Amino acid sequence: MTEQAKNFWAGVRAEIPLMIGGFPFGMIYGALAINAGLSTSAAQWMSSLVFAGSAQFITTQLVRESAPGFVIVLTIAVVNLRHMLYSASLAPYLASLSTRWKVLLSYLLTDEAYAPTVIHYEKEGINPFSHFFLLGAGLALWMDWQISTALGIFLGAAIPESWSLDFALPLTFIAMVVPVLKNRPAIAAALSAGVVALFAYALPYKLGLIVAALVGIIVGTILEGRKSPKRTSPPRGMP
Amino acid sequence: MNIWLVMLIGGLITFGMRFSLIYLFGRFHVPEALRKALRYVPPAVLSAIIFPELFIRDEMLNLSLDNYRLMAGLVAILAAWFTKNILITILAGMLALFLLQFFL
Repeated sequence: MTEQAKNFWAGVRAEIPLMIGGFPFGMIYGALAINAGLSTSAAQWMSSLVFAGSAQFITTQLVRESAPGFVIVLTIAVVNLRHMLYSASLAPYLASLSTRWKVLLSYLLTDEAYAPTVIHYEKEGINPFSHFFLLGAGLALWMDWQISTALGIFLGAAIPESWSLDFALPLTFIAMVVPVLKNRPAIAAALSAGVVALFAYALPYKLGLIVAALVGIIVGTILEGRKSPKRTSPPRGMP
Repeated sequence: MNIWLVMLIGGLITFGMRFSLIYLFGRFHVPEALRKALRYVPPAVLSAIIFPELFIRDEMLNLSLDNYRLMAGLVAILAAWFTKNILITILAGMLALFLLQFFL
């Protein structure tokens, strides 16, 4: 086996547990997207155009609420800001690659591809072919996400309205937010954002969401002050 | 805005963030203040979505026990707290809502 293939398959292998974990979420996303009124093709294409689990769930929620496009785009931007951190963290390892490689690997840089890759690079160091590791991990998750989305779309169309499937969306967000409430600033950020969201609910264009999120971020940052608690990370199982 | 345009711009922004510092390596450093603020994006954004979903029914604040989604949401919060498992949390919340709707 060539060095390229060796690195590629090592990346795929490292990704397998995350693929298993991510599969149900791709299905839930697909089912909810159809339930929220997205067309089959839009629901499927979002999984490759945006290719970011939490942003896709939030977009689905905002489409359901008929939020205007600029609010959805702004929300996707805020939610995906964390990817800049991944970008910063992997940058030194990918510095010598061509721009074409950097573009491809950046597209594949989800939470799930980042995690095993950064651990592998830190432990094993890098070699001239170690970018194939990230390629393997990223492509494996990409396939997983497309297939699980398609299956969810297929099943979602068959689920009756009376099951209140739409409630699975806020429940998914609850499951994502509770584990990051590890310290006081994070709890304060969550509570202040939540309460502001209730009072700002009547604002036009669903702008209340943006206002509330900004208030929460500011409250958390101020409360943190000089202390530096453990960093919160998104839960596993979603790109 | 058309959903396709939203997805295209949303996708470009997402890609842009993933590409940004890989591309700018050596030329730009993430300021510490931004790094700090980024930690509070998940709790703030997610709560801003969750609260209205649980507390507002028919455009009104509803804090009563008849607000089944609020009750089921609290069950889900407990499940999330104790299990830290996304699937169990969703199942617990859906089951709670189902039981409340059909038996009360």
